Amino acid sequence: MRVVAFLGRRLVLVALVMAIVSVLIFGVVQILPGDVAVMILGTSATPADLATLRVKLGLNRPAPLRYLDWVGGTLGGDWGISLLYQMPVRPLVLERLERSAVLAGLALVVAVPLAVGLGVISALRRNGLVDQTVGLVTLVAVSLPEFIIGTALILVLAFRFALLPPASLIDPGTSLWRAAPRLVLPTLTLVLALLAHMTRMTRASMLEVLEQPYVRAARLRGLRPRRVIWRHALRNALLPTVGIIAINVGYLIGGIVVVETVFAYPGLGRLMVDAVNHRDVPVIQMAALVIALAYALANLAADLAYAYLDPKIRY
Amino acid sequence: MDRTTVQRGVRFARRVLLGSPTAAVGTTLLAVHLGLALFGPGLAPHHFAQFDILHTLEAPSRAFWSGTDQFGRDQLSRVMWGARGTLLLATGSTLLGVGLGVIVGMTGAFYRGLVDEVLMRIVDALMALPALLLAMLLLTTVGANPVYVALGIGIVFMPRSARVVRGVALALATSEFIDAARARGERGFYIIFAEMLPSALAPIIVEVTIRFAYAILLATSLGFLGLGAPPPAPEWGLMINEALPFLAQAPWLAVLPAVAISTVVVGANLVGDALREALALRGLGEAA
Repeated sequence: MRVVAFLGRRLVLVALVMAIVSVLIFGVVQILPGDVAVMILGTSATPADLATLRVKLGLNRPAPLRYLDWVGGTLGGDWGISLLYQMPVRPLVLERLERSAVLAGLALVVAVPLAVGLGVISALRRNGLVDQTVGLVTLVAVSLPEFIIGTALILVLAFRFALLPPASLIDPGTSLWRAAPRLVLPTLTLVLALLAHMTRMTRASMLEVLEQPYVRAARLRGLRPRRVIWRHALRNALLPTVGIIAINVGYLIGGIVVVETVFAYPGLGRLMVDAVNHRDVPVIQMAALVIALAYALANLAADLAYAYLDPKIRY
Repeated sequence: MDRTTVQRGVRFARRVLLGSPTAAVGTTLLAVHLGLALFGPGLAPHHFAQFDILHTLEAPSRAFWSGTDQFGRDQLSRVMWGARGTLLLATGSTLLGVGLGVIVGMTGAFYRGLVDEVLMRIVDALMALPALLLAMLLLTTVGANPVYVALGIGIVFMPRSARVVRGVALALATSEFIDAARARGERGFYIIFAEMLPSALAPIIVEVTIRFAYAILLATSLGFLGLGAPPPAPEWGLMINEALPFLAQAPWLAVLPAVAISTVVVGANLVGDALREALALRGLGEAA
């Protein structure tokens, strides 16, 4: 029962965050400066065209009413019509969301165990050869934006050695299995970017744990080093790792937007970029809202994992 | 400022900037970029937008050290022209973001209660969107313009810096010298900026170096996505995006902008690390 109550409280919190985020998105896109109709049609549009578009978008009504319309429509399943694609926003966003989720999931599945492993080894062999190599490589890697990592991978793996396709255009009907080779480069780019951040953070948290008194106590009791590490240190070092993964979901979302543009991968990030570049307001709002929801749910999952792993946190 | 203060400052700067091999590498990289930002347009062999239809997509040669793009523009010159905009944008957005963060964080920590609560909920709301997504949204309506990009990145940084500064300032706000200032009847504005701010300078400087490196990553990413300065601006991220369709025939086009972006970020990170270490040794609130 306590678990259900805890989960319920957390879900209410997510709903609250989403309410605030929806106001923020709507406010930034529709209220901040100027006129959405002028923004879409350009300054050379005739007054008549502007008036027609305003009626079409419902812009002749006051902003609070438009906000309520938008929220009502979103909750009721009517997400509006895309100005760029001339089709309903809902199937468009949901299809793209699925493709982005595949990319994000693959990247996390590969990057998390690798980062934890490398981080722990670096911490155990502090200042050793492995630690210094990993330290230097990850320092360079955190200094590279995803679009440079992706471009470098295309140059080397797609053009120099012709191992993989350079772009990831996927026809709507293609099954994931058939599209697999096209997923390798985008996934690899995201993994490298994530790995750099997460390895550095894991190393730092493991070093902190290794300096705790109870680890020293275990060593002084004469336990074998292997046992000290696996039974005593690692367990407690993994707890912050959950938080580290949660922090990196934010990076991952930004990374996906960029990587999808590099590889022309038809995901939600690319949809968002195209929509922003073409001022496709209904799509911008819904894509942003869906991404924000994914972010909020990832944070919720991290909270739940924390509560499950750490007996000190009560439900 | 008397002479010994200046001398101590110079000694401290030398210790940070040249104290270790890695710091020296970082300092060198930043110095090269600063030189490019100041003198790049003057030293560049060509103008960044100078077309040359007889020499399009040419491989690096003695005439064009880094090759030419699809319009025959000299890639080396474009990268040299681009340094100024990138560094200005990163500096401006960092100072704006950290500056707003200092104001919000310090105000919240000093007044506590309702003021703090309201400010921190605004911070939470801005943090509920991933950084790049918020920056994209902010740039949706205002359009591509470096000034707006700097404003956008500054707004993205504000809540993140505010949390860091607030954490530091909360400890300061309960210390005795602040109590003394309150007892003297000083105004809140004076206490925050004349008493608390100098004592929190060390962590704020570290925050600035972290943000500066991140600002370059964010600004070039936005440029790459087509949300920064519009073509034909010699913006490094935009240049890599424009190089993508020609990657098979002209891979050299992507190399120099990529080197430029990564060296300035590596430089900022290395100097930031050195600064952090030096300031940590001196303890909180003793920044030179």
